[in-house]
Amino acid sequence: MDRRSFVRNVAGGIALAGSQLLLPRALLGAALPSGALESEELFALPGKKPLIRRSFRPPNFETPVAQFGDVLTPNDRFFVRWHLASIPEIDPRAWRLSVGGDAASAPLDLSLEQLQRDFEQVEIVAVCQCSGNRRGFSDPHVFGVQWAYGAMGNARWKGVRLKDVLAKAGLAKDAVEIAFNGADSGALEATPDFVKSIPVWKALDENTLIAWEMNGEPLPHWNGAPARIVVPGWTATYWMKQVVSIQALKQPLGNFWMAKAYRIPKGKFATVDRFTTQETAENTPITEIVVNSLITNVTDGQKAKAGAPLVVKGMAWDAGYGIRGVEVTVDGGRTWQAAELGPDGGRYSFRPWQFVFKPSRGRYTVSARASNGLGATQVDQLIFNPAGYNNNVVQRLGVEAV
Amino acid sequence: MKTLTLTTAVTFLFATVSATADETSIRMRDGPELATLVANCSGCHSLDYVQMNSRWVKRAGWEAEVKKMVTVMGAPASPEDQAKLVDYLTREYGVPD
Repeated sequence: MDRRSFVRNVAGGIALAGSQLLLPRALLGAALPSGALESEELFALPGKKPLIRRSFRPPNFETPVAQFGDVLTPNDRFFVRWHLASIPEIDPRAWRLSVGGDAASAPLDLSLEQLQRDFEQVEIVAVCQCSGNRRGFSDPHVFGVQWAYGAMGNARWKGVRLKDVLAKAGLAKDAVEIAFNGADSGALEATPDFVKSIPVWKALDENTLIAWEMNGEPLPHWNGAPARIVVPGWTATYWMKQVVSIQALKQPLGNFWMAKAYRIPKGKFATVDRFTTQETAENTPITEIVVNSLITNVTDGQKAKAGAPLVVKGMAWDAGYGIRGVEVTVDGGRTWQAAELGPDGGRYSFRPWQFVFKPSRGRYTVSARASNGLGATQVDQLIFNPAGYNNNVVQRLGVEAV
Repeated sequence: MKTLTLTTAVTFLFATVSATADETSIRMRDGPELATLVANCSGCHSLDYVQMNSRWVKRAGWEAEVKKMVTVMGAPASPEDQAKLVDYLTREYGVPD
């Protein structure tokens, strides 16, 4: 499908959805739970600028929307998400990475210096987004960290290819998954340790890295120092922080975090990448980031000057198929126009965009809708799922021009 | 670090830190079961987890969550304490059936 006909199809879809989009805001359910709004605050963790606190321990902090104005999210504004509360400070000189498992014939025990010296260093810009980003807007609400828009960020990651390290460790042909463990743990021995796996084919993707640097600096402690896994295109649950163990497995990993958590119902989402060794009849692990966009410089309910140009800015991203277009409406979905795309920073990066219009006196409802190289677009209505994943519902921001 | 045990793990210079954030600012709603909540839950997580997950959960939802914390996450709550937790969470952070 070429871009022109694609845009036409998008416009057709919106015409159908138009009547729904005109529902009163209160009926759309796109609001955080009252308790989340009451408990949130701006709070600066050591080494971080103020972020929106969702929970202190384990620390879960999200980036305020206004901080997404630049293509690369600053390290000290980058979101923080941990499952377990015991997070050691690791001396990078003492850190070791164990690479082994029953599908690795030549296990390795690597220092950071060895990792940096013995393998080719590469860089990639990629969005790291929590699977549950925007969970707080789920309708009905679901248990979990009640994220708004900021459990994500875009960074330039520097490291080595996981495939190179696995090759040196003698990866066996019958490996099915590669498992990652970090140095974090729960307060109780009984709490399932956070260990995650990816299919071996994804581990061998040239873009999947073991990274120690983020935006030209060592990883911040809260983002996984000294080294973490980077899985471009896939949600952050697989981007193991403080990684200390990589295991090549001949059998699927069957722990709580794989078998029960981070799953989406089958058949509800148009996901391309499958994780077949973990699929059941009902559900499958979340894999790719859904195509999405965020308006970064307009807030709901804000005033604008009638007769003056209003520049609407934002970011768009997806799982690496490439952002092909962003359309904007200012009339609640009746008419859509193409936004201007900014520089292409790579297929896994945020893609900036902007749209300028000159409002007359009156009320406007502003939305943006990104589409990708597969022809996938954001949804108008939430695709409900029990864990609140893959939320790419089109935003609706009220603006009054006076 | 438990599931995939490593020989190298012990070589870390562990200086285990809590989140270092100041969770003493969290103010929970009062109730006769609040001490039970603190005793059974706050060893593993700060209580803002409860606050942000309110208010939409009915009794059955809080029962399921308490059960998950015990059976999956290993919370050491006795059956009596679990009943108290469900009463408190439903009354102070939930909604009526």
